[in-house]
Amino acid sequence: MQALAISHFSIVNSLGAGAAAITSALRARRSGLAACAFETVVLDTWIGQVAGLDEFRVRSNLGVYDCRNNRLAQLGLELDGYAGAVSAAREKYGAARIGVFMGTSTSGILQTELAYRRRDPQSGALPADYHYAETQNTFSLADFVQRYLGLSGPAFVVSSACSSSAKVFGHAARMMAAGVCDAAVVGGVDSLCLTTLYGFNSLGLTSRTPCRPYDQDRDGISIGEGAGFALLEKAPAQPAIDAMLLLGVGESSDAYHMSTPHPEGLGAKLAMRQALDAAGLAPADIDYINLHGTATKANDASEDKAVYGLFGAATPVSSTKGSTGHLLGAAGITEAIIAMLAIRQGLLPGGMHTQNVDPALRSNYLLENQDARVRRVLSNSFGFGGSNCSLVLGAGG
Amino acid sequence: MRIFVEGVGLLGPGLNGWQASLPLLAGDAAYSPTPTVVTASDLLPAAERRRIGLSVKLALAAGCEAFVHAGRDAAITATVFTSSSGDGENLHHICATLASPEREISPTRFHNSVHNAPAGYWSIATRSHASSTSLCCHDASFAAGLLDAAVQVAVNCKPVALIAYDQPYPEPLHTVRPLSASFGMALVMAPQATRHVFATLDISFLPGAASATRMTHSGLDAVRAAVPAARCLPLLAALARGATAVVVLAYGDQNHLRVAVTPC
Repeated sequence: MQALAISHFSIVNSLGAGAAAITSALRARRSGLAACAFETVVLDTWIGQVAGLDEFRVRSNLGVYDCRNNRLAQLGLELDGYAGAVSAAREKYGAARIGVFMGTSTSGILQTELAYRRRDPQSGALPADYHYAETQNTFSLADFVQRYLGLSGPAFVVSSACSSSAKVFGHAARMMAAGVCDAAVVGGVDSLCLTTLYGFNSLGLTSRTPCRPYDQDRDGISIGEGAGFALLEKAPAQPAIDAMLLLGVGESSDAYHMSTPHPEGLGAKLAMRQALDAAGLAPADIDYINLHGTATKANDASEDKAVYGLFGAATPVSSTKGSTGHLLGAAGITEAIIAMLAIRQGLLPGGMHTQNVDPALRSNYLLENQDARVRRVLSNSFGFGGSNCSLVLGAGG
Repeated sequence: MRIFVEGVGLLGPGLNGWQASLPLLAGDAAYSPTPTVVTASDLLPAAERRRIGLSVKLALAAGCEAFVHAGRDAAITATVFTSSSGDGENLHHICATLASPEREISPTRFHNSVHNAPAGYWSIATRSHASSTSLCCHDASFAAGLLDAAVQVAVNCKPVALIAYDQPYPEPLHTVRPLSASFGMALVMAPQATRHVFATLDISFLPGAASATRMTHSGLDAVRAAVPAARCLPLLAALARGATAVVVLAYGDQNHLRVAVTPC
């Protein structure tokens, strides 16, 4: 594929607000996970919660969109000079020529969960202040982001569970290649809610400790929340040495099971292979892999087979979910941005909380931070329904 | 963008399959809005078949009909799924349970709650490892899916199946989001003419609001207006008539799609 410039990005999650805060946390090996004290949830698990959202309100002219997910979206848009950069792009291309492609898994479902507690005791009706289209509907996120940024080009939400906000890069790249838009706001937001906390718990997939990707005793995920956004534009013929580029996207389906990955990592391998092919790169060209690495028994075993099968034991790999938790529909964009920070900072982030790497897993899993020259990175995102997406990102020059 | 239509699937109130619906879509038969008849696909293994909800059945049935019509192998064809609301029945049960003291939601309900559940079951049913996406654009979900599928066909030069579906919410959500009927449709599109192609679509994404093309029959137009996935009906009617036509689809309040249909 034609490489695209990632000219700006912004990020917020339990590690911090903004790229600088996230970078410091990664360097200091500080985790954003804490014992779950969210809402009225009573579960023995750890979560990555973003501080301050209960007091936060979305911009007053978009008040009907107010919900935890859109608050988190606005928080992200206001960081790292992102909204300003989009404003400049709007001047350059025109509002109608910038697409908005967002990933989310649960959108503003917390709003519906809370509204169900306030149903009319007689009629069962939802409260009058419940706004379905602006909060619950899966499209709500892209609708809100588009209005917040004053854009009017093509927009939709991709909701393919935990691959959602990786796949938006592919959608945007194709829309730009087809000439439907000249630039694209891509990203993803997922926020804490009872559905995912009790849902993953019902599947026995939440850990009672901070999640330990690749550990021999790993026992599940830590759910987190966060937002990330990137601005995609056409890349110049000679991108600057510090330019960030989207080089390749690979997408596949497992065709195996709704909530368990293919045991041999078949779909994962297809997605990684496709992303490399799209980038015109060989496995040896990749300096670091940010794994999906959820810390479930099944994911890490399956992903390792795919990664080891394609890259062998040389390429450094790690999962940053020990730091952020699993951001579900926002995991793809979050880890793509962490991959770009790795390039920019020359930092290979070591995975957190992992004590003893599972001897059955054969990839080169990093337990400590390493300084290194990082030019090309692969980031994996795999979701329920066997939806797989791999991204290759790189520096210019 | 020009794409080539190879196959159609359709399931809705009084619309029992594409072939069976051709006369009434072409305006040659009377329409009666009988409830949508949905049968569980026998493509899925029995264990999976027991777990699926109505939206998955709708998507699978429409998809299967379109692939048979197209004579194409679903196992190697990319898919674009689109729905405004997904499985509203399942959402209702989860929210009702979470509002109760117990809060024990079933693992099956949880994994079926993802918007891409039909895509997941489809890939299992068809043994497809091809790329698949699942979109939502509220009332414009069909238009967004059509645009994305056409872009994929044009950019990747490979066939793509678009599968759009919606099912009504139970109360109390039905009051705040009334969807009148269950509806599923599928279009198998190719990048060039094949022996199964029977029409071309020239699709343009255009700025500005525009009046959407309506159905001549008021009963069918009511379905179109009340179910986001059924916004496809004017396009299917044009395909059924087999004559040159231009169909306008609203895409939110700021854009629209212009689709020029040419039979071949």
